[in-house]
Amino acid sequence: MSSVRDEGKDRIIFVTKEDHATPSSAELVEEDPDDPYEERGLILPSGEINWNCPCLGGMASGPCGTEFKDAFSCFHYSKEEVKGSECLEHFRAMQECIQRYPELYPQEDDKVQKEQSSETEPTSQDSASAETPGADSTSATEPDSDSMPPNTKGSGES
Amino acid sequence: MLKCRTVWKKLAPLARASSTLCRQNVRRTALNNGRTPAYVPVAHMSSGPAGGGRANQIYVLLVGAACVGGGVYTYRTVKGDGQRYQERIEEISSRPIKTQDSYIQTEPPAVEATETEAVPEPEPEAAPSSEEPSPPAADVEAVIPPETSEAPPETSEAPPETSEAPPETSEAPPAEEPVVEAPPEEATEPPAAPVVEEEPPAAEPVVEAPPEEAAEPPAAPVVEEAEPFAPSEPPPAKLTEPPAAVEESAAEPVVEAPPDEAAEPPAAPVVEEAEPSAPCEPPPGELTEPPAAVEESEPSAAAAEPAEPAEPQPEAVAESGDSVAASLKVPSHAPYLLIGGGTASFAAARSIRARDPGAKVLIVTEEPDAPYMRPPLSKELWFSDDPSVTETLRFKQWNGKERSIFFQPPSFYITAEELSSAENGGVAILTNRKVVHMDVRGNKIKLDDDTEISYDKCLIATGGVPRNLQVIERAGEEVMQKTTLFRKIEDFKELDKVSRNVKSITIIGGGFLGSELACALGRRSSEFDLEVIQMYPEKGNMGKVLPEYLSNWTTEKVKSEGVKIISEALVKSVVSKDDKLEIQLKDGRLVKTDHIVAAVGLEPNVDLAKSAGLEVDSDFGGFRVNAELQARSNIWVAGDAACFYDIRLGRRRVEHHDHAVVSGRLAGENMTGANKPYWHQSMFWSDLGPDVGYEAIGIVDSSLPTVGVFAKATAKDTPRAATELSGTGIRSESETEDTATSPVASSTPAPSGSHKDEYGKGVIFYLRDKVVVGIILWNVFNRMPIARKIIKDGEEHSDLNEVAKLFNIHDD
Repeated sequence: MSSVRDEGKDRIIFVTKEDHATPSSAELVEEDPDDPYEERGLILPSGEINWNCPCLGGMASGPCGTEFKDAFSCFHYSKEEVKGSECLEHFRAMQECIQRYPELYPQEDDKVQKEQSSETEPTSQDSASAETPGADSTSATEPDSDSMPPNTKGSGES
Repeated sequence: MLKCRTVWKKLAPLARASSTLCRQNVRRTALNNGRTPAYVPVAHMSSGPAGGGRANQIYVLLVGAACVGGGVYTYRTVKGDGQRYQERIEEISSRPIKTQDSYIQTEPPAVEATETEAVPEPEPEAAPSSEEPSPPAADVEAVIPPETSEAPPETSEAPPETSEAPPETSEAPPAEEPVVEAPPEEATEPPAAPVVEEEPPAAEPVVEAPPEEAAEPPAAPVVEEAEPFAPSEPPPAKLTEPPAAVEESAAEPVVEAPPDEAAEPPAAPVVEEAEPSAPCEPPPGELTEPPAAVEESEPSAAAAEPAEPAEPQPEAVAESGDSVAASLKVPSHAPYLLIGGGTASFAAARSIRARDPGAKVLIVTEEPDAPYMRPPLSKELWFSDDPSVTETLRFKQWNGKERSIFFQPPSFYITAEELSSAENGGVAILTNRKVVHMDVRGNKIKLDDDTEISYDKCLIATGGVPRNLQVIERAGEEVMQKTTLFRKIEDFKELDKVSRNVKSITIIGGGFLGSELACALGRRSSEFDLEVIQMYPEKGNMGKVLPEYLSNWTTEKVKSEGVKIISEALVKSVVSKDDKLEIQLKDGRLVKTDHIVAAVGLEPNVDLAKSAGLEVDSDFGGFRVNAELQARSNIWVAGDAACFYDIRLGRRRVEHHDHAVVSGRLAGENMTGANKPYWHQSMFWSDLGPDVGYEAIGIVDSSLPTVGVFAKATAKDTPRAATELSGTGIRSESETEDTATSPVASSTPAPSGSHKDEYGKGVIFYLRDKVVVGIILWNVFNRMPIARKIIKDGEEHSDLNEVAKLFNIHDD
């Protein structure tokens, strides 16, 4: 059973696993999916790409930002059978740009730009969260890639 | 008082007599003292019509005179203010020229001397260049007539200049700039001459520019140091001359003149980071002089003129990115200007670039480094096994990956010179520049070298300066030299060095920074035979953040890291005796130590508030901004310096890393038109050794009532999963708890001994008016989104244990 103790204005409760086994009766306010203030994931409700998503790392803001945006937009709106097949030129341009800044975009084996960004932004951010475009909004709520998660902890957000 | 009454008594009849007039005058009497409005007697006239008439007249006369007098005074004052303002504006606008002149004047003497001798070969180069520069030189001439003192037009100046430059370089302390630069350029660059000239006047200008050609390489190194590259280098067009890289820090003022020098620009690049992206540096393309390139890549680029031209330039530029050539050319306009080069500023830069394609962002910072993150300076960097960590500044993250504390390597940024011309925009940094004045009406700022930069949108992210104890400030130079105020990279390097060389370090302050440093140094205490003492006025570590029981528990943990804790300690005085520092506490205790680290808070930097006319908050300090982080039109504030309105939690100022990122990002979004309020709650965290680690969010103030829900700790509950409370399963735990419950349930605090290890992991809620406003996740990780949601809801929960269930604290 849980034990409760009061030390002045502070209350201390000790609970066992059983105490917390039953589902919580606490009520949380329902989330509004269109809340304009909320941090968004990679894809905005309107279908557009959120270039400010922390999951992109610095890809959209660095020196190759324009090339990246072009390539990724082309890919995102591509309706081809093989998605993005008509965007090769953009990706090639992006690749060239990236090669010009090896320090910024360390070349590790990866085709997906996400992986690239997670590589280039080796921040506390979970690489996992950086993976899939259209990641759920919780990944967007992660601290920015510049944020440092505590040692041994997961990125505070995911 | 009495006088007043008597006077009033005398006037009362008058007042009554003219009651109607009185009322009318009341309406008119803004300027009169309040006496009149206060009294509006309704009584009838006591005196007769005749007597009342005369009294009336006198009264009207008096009141009228007072009104007129007041009006005249007001008019005069307003007029005078207006005039004074005009004069001030004129004075300010005329100042740059003046200072340049004065700078030049001071230089010439020295320069003259050197040049005259120096006039040898280097001159010839200068000469050819002198012609070019002549047109620009003309301008320069005007500015630096004093220096040249040579009667002949630019050309003559050029020669002296060049000679000056070389001599200068040699003499100038920075002398790094190889004089070579000057000569090499001269030959190749005709324009170089002008540049050279410029440089010398510019003060020490280390002829960065000249070297470009052949000398470039040498120049380049020199350039590194020179950062001060004369901001005035604007003469981008000129570039032909490897701008005498007058960079030298002093060069700033002179820089203005050189702009034509264009050649200068190359010199400029020498200067490190500061890339005043002098738009004029246009060299792109024309660059006969690689100078343009020099700008960016720093000295190496510049040199190129013939040799390097074109191709090398871009490369060079890219390469030199390292020290961000401090080209003398500072852009005169930046669409997005960010004052301060810390976390918030960088987050804003990133956000702006993401949202506004092709945005041109200029960061102006006082520090010599590019933006970096601060938390590792008091944590991870101390735990690194790498002996050269103070140089590399790299650390290992929680996931094992290594990274630098700098957000981006230097190649991410473009130089200030290229900023205006960059097709896709970019982020440029001006280091070692302080913004001293802000003209909000004119949308421009002024740097400490009198360069003016206008902007469209501006962000103030100046952060703060560590506070110091008054007793230490008053204690004298010797004590101050042995005191560290920890905040920047150089402080980290200094403290690292000190910790290896002294026997005892005392940390004053029991908050986040103090406790983290104490733990970090405590770890070293065994290897280096170092005594680490931490003293603070509270009862336990993090006394202002954690509830008392948890603060006590934390203090025990810090002690086990090898730190000697002196709590409830108020410093009375500090003296330096026998090469040691003696700290006298108010309760009489005396502490002897070799070095002090003061971690007693941060003073937000609001220097610009006065000139910009921005409001400063009296409760929390910092610039007062609204929920969208806006201070005034086109001015936003983010990070430590922003006292903002949090829609959920009220007005506050937060000094944490994640807040800097979140607010910087938000400010960047709002600068590009988003108009979003501060909504996404930032979090913070701290690690105190291997056993104690927590994440927190919201208002976490120990003076608030708290409810803590802790799990009976198991072996897996610490960051290192090192502690083991009971090796048995849950069942036995609950059994032991049953027996233990009775004494505990009596609600008298059990002896601290029995609860020593019980706060293994849990959740602590901070309440304000029964609403949860802050949450600490104690050794429980990856649950921050739930905590954020609870605070966002702002609901009153009757049973917080139920809320705690949402966190699943028993799972790992």
